[in-house]
Amino acid sequence: MALLVDKHRPRTLDTLSYHPDLSERLRSLAASGDFPHLLIYGPSGAGKKTRITATLRALYGPGVEKIKIDSRIFQTTSNRKLEFNIVSSNYHLEITPSDVGNYDRVVIQDLLKEVAQTQQVDLAAKQRFKVVVINEADHLTRDAQAALRRTMEKYSPNLRLILLANSTSNIIAPIRSRCLLVRVAAPTEVEIAGVLAKIGKKEGYKNCEPLEQRIAKDSGRNLRRALLMFEAVHAQNDNVSEKTPIPPPDWEALIDVIAKEIVEERTPARILQVRAKLYDLLTHCIPATAVLKTLTFKLMPRIDDSLKADVVKWSAFYEHRIRMGSKVIFHLEAFVAKVMRLYEGNLLGMDIDFDD
Amino acid sequence: MANFFDIRARQAAAATQASSSKQSAPAQDNRLQPWVEKYRPKSLDDVAAQDHTVTILRRTLQSANLPHMLFYGPPGTGKTSTVLALAKQLYGPDLIKTRVLELNASDERGISIVREKVKDFARMQLSNPPAGPAGEEYRRKYPCPPYKIVILDEADSMTQDAQSALRRTMETYSKITRFCLICNYVTRIIDPLASRCSKFRFKSLDEANAGKRLEDIARLENVKLEEGVVDTLLKCSEGDLRKAITFLQSAARLVGAVQASGASEKKRKRAKIEDDEDEDTMDIDGPSDSASKSVTVRSIEEIAGVIPEGTIDSLTTAMQPSKAGTVYGRVSKAVENLVAEGWSATQVVTQLYDRIVLSDETVGDWKKSKVVLCFSETDKRLVDGCDEHLTILDLCMQVAGVLGET
Repeated sequence: MALLVDKHRPRTLDTLSYHPDLSERLRSLAASGDFPHLLIYGPSGAGKKTRITATLRALYGPGVEKIKIDSRIFQTTSNRKLEFNIVSSNYHLEITPSDVGNYDRVVIQDLLKEVAQTQQVDLAAKQRFKVVVINEADHLTRDAQAALRRTMEKYSPNLRLILLANSTSNIIAPIRSRCLLVRVAAPTEVEIAGVLAKIGKKEGYKNCEPLEQRIAKDSGRNLRRALLMFEAVHAQNDNVSEKTPIPPPDWEALIDVIAKEIVEERTPARILQVRAKLYDLLTHCIPATAVLKTLTFKLMPRIDDSLKADVVKWSAFYEHRIRMGSKVIFHLEAFVAKVMRLYEGNLLGMDIDFDD
Repeated sequence: MANFFDIRARQAAAATQASSSKQSAPAQDNRLQPWVEKYRPKSLDDVAAQDHTVTILRRTLQSANLPHMLFYGPPGTGKTSTVLALAKQLYGPDLIKTRVLELNASDERGISIVREKVKDFARMQLSNPPAGPAGEEYRRKYPCPPYKIVILDEADSMTQDAQSALRRTMETYSKITRFCLICNYVTRIIDPLASRCSKFRFKSLDEANAGKRLEDIARLENVKLEEGVVDTLLKCSEGDLRKAITFLQSAARLVGAVQASGASEKKRKRAKIEDDEDEDTMDIDGPSDSASKSVTVRSIEEIAGVIPEGTIDSLTTAMQPSKAGTVYGRVSKAVENLVAEGWSATQVVTQLYDRIVLSDETVGDWKKSKVVLCFSETDKRLVDGCDEHLTILDLCMQVAGVLGET
């Protein structure tokens, strides 16, 4: 049984429920023979992927949905073999080059050249070009992006790229200037509630508007998350009402506990206890940056207003350290200790933060 | 159902009349060509706003002598265009293929390329214009000086080793080969190479020249521009003409694309088999119809990813000092909205910087210098790939803190 998210994913541009202007624009781009390279960016859960699939369908018809997964082997210059998964249909390819880490340049160069140098074989195809969708384009290394830049110009008759990214910050300017930038904003809470109501009706769930609104609010404007929460609530309770609690994900609940513990007692012993919990999170593959970010936002309501700016400052500081450093637990722990010290200093009414 | 059949029928027609479709293919390619390529200056006289360089180069056209050259300057100022235009004027269409080697360093760099490709080309014999009266004619039109040109684009991304491998090559074959290095940062070119070349600095295009060029292109492409679009383009592109032209083309595409889909629907309604010629005429009709729609300032900003003034306004108002304790709530809300709307963090930082440091007179110098420190740190973090939400929130809180100081 498919999840609600997949089951009710809109398949065509006409069935997309929000951003009508954007859908109209994508439709006209697909209809005019002149399809540019696209760079689609927006926060996660805003519907970037859904829009691309719908656009591809508008470009090529339902044939795009017949996909297969192949595994290809690439050889790097140092003779290392890389295994790489490609999702493809007759008309398009979808790749996630960040899977292979630092070797993404090799994959990009080899694969795109190969695709670009072969023309569309299928005479019945609507377009003369193939589309390559690159997921997580903001995680591409600089080298890979530099390799893209020439490829995009040289092979443009046979190849169109659609780059997907969370933000354009990490995409080098030459690429940005070669693409048509499309921003997909997150849906508003009202729009999310509307989508939930519609899907609830289709699934035959009991209609409960306040609950939908609550979910929309808790989801942080992430539609995917809202749908998962919606499904979880309905799976756990047969009869939902306004007050049915929305179960948060386990890891968030645990981080909430950590935030509570930090505020309750500020001692080295407590740091040790927190450390155990942090390790627990990390061993369950929760990314350290996500832990830090959630922890910061969970701490916010619990601490004094005068401290908030400082906590945010140190949170951003240690987040940077996590990215740069190699062992994440040090930085998480340092953040915990820092927060405790700030809190303690605030209680005593003096500044014991020396190294500022 | 009708349009389904129509597509099939047209494909069948295309398959059988392979020859006719082949004829129409180049025309279509030309239409789809990026305007940046399409409107590259054809001769030195077309190159905008680089008077000094152009004057010197024009003199070489007459004297048939050319030094090794090093062009440097910010992107989109016409470095590649200038050298290509020069090559065109020197050699003409027939000889340019054999006399000019253009190497783009971004995909083919490294010492092996310099050793093989460049060296092989450099020591190749000169090709000659056709003999006889036709050759005479050709010679009269183009000077065809007795040397070849190697253009190394983006030379600053070549490795040091590759650059040093060039040194000797440049001297040995200087009788029959001239090098033209093009780069953004002259400091990344090793000294021995730089000293062998005469340097030309390309300055940022001034607004008048760039604006004129954009208006020309818009006129030639039948794109209607709203009042102020050219200014917005210039502002968004920061002196980079290539970027401005690309933005213009994307915007025109959006405006024109709506039109094109309308045209194709019209076409589908006619349940007749149409051949390619008909399609071409339809395309020519397209732009003239689209004259009713014009490119708006907002659409340019959307393409460039510029955040609307209103959004930045709400962020700056949230950061203004007020009763203690409420700042965090307001700022975090504003930042959350900003992130959810999907604006890019670097763009937020740039525009906030413009707003607070450059154009806000009410902020004192002392505060500004403190704020600038925060911006610098934030930029570094964003480049390192930090979480955008946290970083922007941090920046805004710190700036709000500085603004709130008495």
